[in-house]
Amino acid sequence: MIDTEPVLRVRDLAVTFAGERTVHAVDGVSFDVRAGEVLAVVGESGCGKSVTSLAVLGLLPEAAKVTGSVRLGGRELAGASEAELRAVRGSELSMVFQEPMTSLNPVLTVGRQITEVLRRHQKLGRREARERAVELLSLVGIPAPRRRVDEYPHQLSGGMRQRVVIAVAVACDPAVLIADEPTTALDVTVQAGVLDVLDSLRTRLGTAVVLITHDLGVVAHTADRVLVMYAGRPVEHATADELFASPRHPYTRGLLAAVPRPGTPPEGGRLTEIPGMVPALTERADHCTFAPRCDRADERCTTARPHPEGERHLVACWHPEPEGTP
Amino acid sequence: MNTQLAAGRDTPLWRRLAGNGPVLAGGTVAVVFVLAAAAAPLLAPYDPARADFQAALQGPGWSHWLGTDDLGRDQLSRVIHGARASMQVGVLAVVLAFLVGVPLGLVAGYYERFTDSVVSRVTDTLLAFPFLVLAVGLAAVLGPSLLNATIAIGVSLVPQVVRVARAETLRLKHLDYVQAALASGGGPGTVLFRHVLPNATSALLVQATVGIPAAIISEALLSFLGLGVQPPDPSLGVMLSGAQPYIAAAPWMAVFPGIAIVAATLAFNLLGDGVRDVLDPKGPKRGGR
Repeated sequence: MIDTEPVLRVRDLAVTFAGERTVHAVDGVSFDVRAGEVLAVVGESGCGKSVTSLAVLGLLPEAAKVTGSVRLGGRELAGASEAELRAVRGSELSMVFQEPMTSLNPVLTVGRQITEVLRRHQKLGRREARERAVELLSLVGIPAPRRRVDEYPHQLSGGMRQRVVIAVAVACDPAVLIADEPTTALDVTVQAGVLDVLDSLRTRLGTAVVLITHDLGVVAHTADRVLVMYAGRPVEHATADELFASPRHPYTRGLLAAVPRPGTPPEGGRLTEIPGMVPALTERADHCTFAPRCDRADERCTTARPHPEGERHLVACWHPEPEGTP
Repeated sequence: MNTQLAAGRDTPLWRRLAGNGPVLAGGTVAVVFVLAAAAAPLLAPYDPARADFQAALQGPGWSHWLGTDDLGRDQLSRVIHGARASMQVGVLAVVLAFLVGVPLGLVAGYYERFTDSVVSRVTDTLLAFPFLVLAVGLAAVLGPSLLNATIAIGVSLVPQVVRVARAETLRLKHLDYVQAALASGGGPGTVLFRHVLPNATSALLVQATVGIPAAIISEALLSFLGLGVQPPDPSLGVMLSGAQPYIAAAPWMAVFPGIAIVAATLAFNLLGDGVRDVLDPKGPKRGGR
């Protein structure tokens, strides 16, 4: 799987928001996604996960300045015209948003929202599009799709709506699906169902999935590879198995240590935490941004910026855990 | 029926509207007005322009229910035909205001920046003038006629429509489903007409029901001032102005057209308020009380 050409290749993506003080929301993010693969992008709130996904789609507001390269298939999307991007969005590259309660238009039936995309990109007729919409609803596991297709969003539960949102996103069989926190707003049992849908799509349709999440449980459940971000920068990038087995960056280790484990009460009755605060992104630091919170930090960490290095297990750290350490 | 149930989301809209007191009262009077205006030639017992000097300045009675004016014209027929002029202007002016105002508001709200600055500055400037003053000024510039009065009133209503449409666009365009439409390849046309406009309908509908009574009052005012309907054509405003010299001797000449104006505007305002209450899910009153 590793040897096939990536369908989405992102290189040195950087996003800055100009304003009173320039904010460096994303800085130096690179990743590849191959067909049928799930790449999880992990990090805490405000680390640039969502901005990265919007930058890939070219959906950031005009105030944002995007540099770097985003290649989909053989095509460069960074700097492409709005018309080119519009032709790609929804057909080759689509997105599932976090909040299923608000991602569907309340005044249109479920069917209309699916057929709209089909008719736009595949120029299907009214009847064909409707048939396809019914198929898509059953593909994402909605029971009685023939009835549901004429219902309005308020008649569906949160989990159902998220399935519909996914159906809209995969309607044109995109090469890449970006799912931004698709299960965050859902109950745990419903989460599992939605993740299964995503999982079956990549095996059945070969869709490459970029899964943005802060939930490490979701990552362990679905991801093939994981990119960990901190303060807008990538800090570690490895296969999911390797990352969970032997995390190398102190931040990743901190994240994993902070996950409560059922059955084993935390020492001293308190969950492990990473001391300190996320830095403000208003200046582009020429050093490791995690240094102020890191117990391994020395002079080098506060004066020089580490870049992701390694063969298959990339880590941006001057003092990484040696490979293979659990 | 259970009130809670009547106010519920699944209750059909017409039933929620019918359960609302102001909507019912205002709506009934408004419908009577619309019907009277539409069927004026059939309903009016006399030709509204025919003078009968034998019957001049008669009070209300059997042959002339609402009396006659100084030229002996039948007041009832003139009120019915006057309502026709009022309704024509009321509806056409609002239609005109929407045809111009809604696209401007949508575009201003969607593109923001330069487009919005231009549209908003112009509407702000127009809004600085009181509505009636603006309508009178425009009608005076355009010249006296019913068509020009309609245009003047319509244009005066535009700034308010632009404001509502723009505010709704600004609110809706940041919602997830609009972002999702963009993410699935939708352009400005799809976003504005498939997603923003249908969701802005209730706000715009309320604006329309508020616009109609405003237009009716303006038509009466413009006609009163001689800038709207020209005598001998009947209009409620023309009747009021003609009644001025006889206000003491023949008060019915002023009272009946006055009542008609008040009833029409009150009815449409009640209707508008009620519709807003029913359509606004966050409003204090809902459905049947």
